[in-house]
Amino acid sequence: MSDVQKNTAPGGQSRKNRLLTFHILRYNPQDPDSKPHMQSYQVEEAEGMTLFLALTEIREHQDPTLQYDFVCRAGICGSCSMLINGRPGLACRTLTHNLDPDITLAPLPVFELIGDLSVNTGKWMRGMSERLETWVHTKEQELDLSKMEERMDPDLAESIYELDRCVECGSCVAACGTAQMRNDFVGAVGMNKIARFKLDSRDTRSDDDFYELVGDDTGVFGCMSLLGCQDVCPKELPLQTQIAFLRRKMISAGLKR
Amino acid sequence: MSNDTLIIQAGLSDKPRKSKWPARLDLAQSASGLFLALFMWLHMFFVASICLGEDVMWTVTKFFEGYYFFGTAYPRLVSVVVGVVIVIFVTHALLAVRKFPISYKQYKTYHAHMKSMRHEDTTLWMWQVYTGFAMFFLASAHLYQMFVWPQEIGPYGSADRMWSDMLWPFYLVLLLCVEFHGGIGLYRLAVKWCWPNATRDFLKKLKWATTGFFLIIGFATLFAYMKLGYEHRANYGEPYVPTSISQSIEGTYK
Repeated sequence: MSDVQKNTAPGGQSRKNRLLTFHILRYNPQDPDSKPHMQSYQVEEAEGMTLFLALTEIREHQDPTLQYDFVCRAGICGSCSMLINGRPGLACRTLTHNLDPDITLAPLPVFELIGDLSVNTGKWMRGMSERLETWVHTKEQELDLSKMEERMDPDLAESIYELDRCVECGSCVAACGTAQMRNDFVGAVGMNKIARFKLDSRDTRSDDDFYELVGDDTGVFGCMSLLGCQDVCPKELPLQTQIAFLRRKMISAGLKR
Repeated sequence: MSNDTLIIQAGLSDKPRKSKWPARLDLAQSASGLFLALFMWLHMFFVASICLGEDVMWTVTKFFEGYYFFGTAYPRLVSVVVGVVIVIFVTHALLAVRKFPISYKQYKTYHAHMKSMRHEDTTLWMWQVYTGFAMFFLASAHLYQMFVWPQEIGPYGSADRMWSDMLWPFYLVLLLCVEFHGGIGLYRLAVKWCWPNATRDFLKKLKWATTGFFLIIGFATLFAYMKLGYEHRANYGEPYVPTSISQSIEGTYK
């Protein structure tokens, strides 16, 4: 903590803040002349500064061309996930005072790059959702909109909500060694979704139906249990437990065939 | 050409029903790995019997050759066990190689990811790939030797193999590969199938402690065989005669 100084020292005298150096991987895929390169910026640290605030500082006062994503600035939307010193994390939830003054930022791998730190996680997530059919499946002929919806046990609702906290930031996919090597791997986000709908009492799908979606090496059997997902998830979802649970269920569904 | 082959050829094998094979293969990979890792633990205790003396190791050897059941030693019984291990080993290798990086691009991508993440479990997986790859050759050579010449297992036979046959560097590398690969593998099985994240730190410590324990025993055993082999180098090839028998032979001549 020695080099982290407070804005105001005892006695009212202001002290010098740390000078942060950001090394940012820059590349614009739209520009044929652009080549991936590192660019450095210096920012004076402020109290309670997050990476998101530092990036805003750079864009507003030093370089308006710098691209990065944000919406909520509070760890809810999952837009600002990036590689922070090589590991995925949310820029808005990372305080600069927890980092060394030299900070390296890069875009998430696996996802389509829009430019600099901005990636199109939405496109990937949509593809995953369509492929895994991540919505409640009911028997349409039995659906009666005038009827009251069946009650759900509060404990069950709570456990579904626990898994529904996923913000689809893509950190788990970017932290996954399997997803790096194999583009068609559904990743922890996908398996967490399946685990979530498997819990849901309104969803009429059986284990056999879920096996059709994740019962192969692009699904749960492709997971090599490297657990990067578990260790970087900004929402601290129980991914390891969910994947193990799904694996056991899919093994028994597969063996019964 | 069978209908099934044609369906696979047309890329329609996943339609309309997914195959049951991915489930079977995944389970078989874990099960064969579990068997091999546990077998290697027992194996270590048997070979380490040399640390307790030549007679103890001789007794262990004769036990597995059925001497205490049939009154005669049948080294072929060891070959049967080795044969079973070979089948499981090859099965495991075949299943595990599916996970290897199969192109330079995949290898480079994973390696860069590993360096960038600085994440122990991600790095340990690469070690499993390296050690697993080495064992395709090392373990095969060892298993073949044990299958064909089981009668050569014994205090002097094994010691001569280490020293006079110059196989100690081979066994040194094989020891490191087995202990790292098996230890990491067992840890991964635990987190893959059942134990929750709360136990992970404990499991990781347990993994390193077990690896350390077996490496210490392994080095001590290797050294014991090398020392015995060195002392026995002038009588290379001579089988071991246990103290009890050699004393009784001496007794008859008195």
